[in-house]
Amino acid sequence: MDEFLIRAVAAGIGIAVVAGPLGSFVVWRRMAFFGDTLAHSALLGIAIGLLAGFNLTLGVFAACIGVALALAAIRDRGPIAGDTLLGIMSHGTLALGLVAVAFAGSAGLNLLAYLFGDILAVTRIDLIWIYGVGAVALGGLMVIWRPLLAITVHEDLAAAEGAPVRKINLVFMLLMALVVAAAMKVVGILLVAALLIIPAAAARQFARTPEQMAALAALIGAVSVVAGLGGSLSLDTPAGPSIVVAALIGFVVSLMVPGRRPSVSQ
Amino acid sequence: MSSLVTVRDLGFSSGGREILSHIDLTINKGELVSLIGPNGAGKTTLIRAILDLIRPDSGSVTRAPGLRIGYMPQRLVIAPTLPLPVYRFLALGGRVSEAECRQALEDVGAKDIWETQVSQVSGGEFQRMLMARALLRKPELLVLDEPVQGVDVGGQTELYDLIGSLKNSHGCSVLMVSHDLHLVMSATDRVICINGHLCCAGHPEDVSRDPSFIDLFGERAANVALYHHHHDHHHGLDGRVLDGQAEEPESGSGHHHG
Repeated sequence: MDEFLIRAVAAGIGIAVVAGPLGSFVVWRRMAFFGDTLAHSALLGIAIGLLAGFNLTLGVFAACIGVALALAAIRDRGPIAGDTLLGIMSHGTLALGLVAVAFAGSAGLNLLAYLFGDILAVTRIDLIWIYGVGAVALGGLMVIWRPLLAITVHEDLAAAEGAPVRKINLVFMLLMALVVAAAMKVVGILLVAALLIIPAAAARQFARTPEQMAALAALIGAVSVVAGLGGSLSLDTPAGPSIVVAALIGFVVSLMVPGRRPSVSQ
Repeated sequence: MSSLVTVRDLGFSSGGREILSHIDLTINKGELVSLIGPNGAGKTTLIRAILDLIRPDSGSVTRAPGLRIGYMPQRLVIAPTLPLPVYRFLALGGRVSEAECRQALEDVGAKDIWETQVSQVSGGEFQRMLMARALLRKPELLVLDEPVQGVDVGGQTELYDLIGSLKNSHGCSVLMVSHDLHLVMSATDRVICINGHLCCAGHPEDVSRDPSFIDLFGERAANVALYHHHHDHHHGLDGRVLDGQAEEPESGSGHHHG
């Protein structure tokens, strides 16, 4: 196997393993749109990086974290203005990013690689980023797992029982920003949210506990990466979208399996 | 008698609308206090202030030092995308052992749903499950927000009986919210009726004769309350059953029960 392919598989699996558990929370908390917003803001980070002349990866992380903090601040200020506000931020940052990248006179910048990912071009440095960020995100998620789950079920009840709701929500949003920024290289800005929610949704059918769903989502994501890359090579299709299509097929199949869907066991 | 919670002259507004004003309330050790009032009266807001989930704009809430509160929120919806067996739901509140969880579920008479998915339990079982989680806090005060919501009439009586017996077996005080007057009255030490402000408070029988209570709920509600008579629909002049929350006939033209 070529080395670039090994790196691609390693990068994809690294992301999938973190995206599964995190994506499960995205599904439970109905935050798919929030993931989109974070991802779209990444392009703005690239543009700023280009204009200001610093590392583009750092620019992406900075933009995602900035948007996550902004959304957290708005959220704490009472009832979030709902999907409209998220939609404005999501598409607003995407449009701003596209315009700003054009402004930067993107010499040698392959815009498509950012929009749809460029997993076959993953470098050794990228891999270190992905696994470093992945380890931090997965570790952080494990630390806040129980209170985050309690808050997901019922925020007031968790707060009355002493969970630091605001702090936990903020940490969760920052973890998401990290993973979205890291996942961008694999499936691209437009499809990052898909990698979060599709494997988790496919796993729902077969899980009886939150942890089962998280682990299964990671597994389905990893299988999708391998299947998608394989399909991409043999059919000469773009790698990022092929990975998402593989996950989508997994989801559709999960719907057709006569599930162990919530059965009552006594 | 030592008081667990004291609310003094509490006021709270949200979005320019005054929700609560001049509320006074005391919960003493061993008491079962019912908080009643029509929809939108601010009952849940008052509960949230007592639980320290919101900060009042004026007045104060004083809790006994180190007071352990078990909270049962209004019927909550758990996302169907979340696979969650009952035993996991119980353990979400804090560090509790499996034995404690099993005991709590047994205390509320629902030990059979241990492994059932929360999305699959019935209305009554769901409320018992919430109550079990509140009990796991080893509470000195149980705060129950509409504990019989979504439960059929027979189940409601059972739940109220259960609350009474839990109060005795666990030796805790209870603050219970309801907009349903009928069954609440008999089991309660003290009733507090609010509608944005404090309407009246006292023993159930006194409250149900209080003019401001009758004003708020109508003559018939007062009668119903005393006779523990449950009626969930209204009648028109011809005896036809009118829909759910029809207006109370002002002239008393609907017939009275009791």
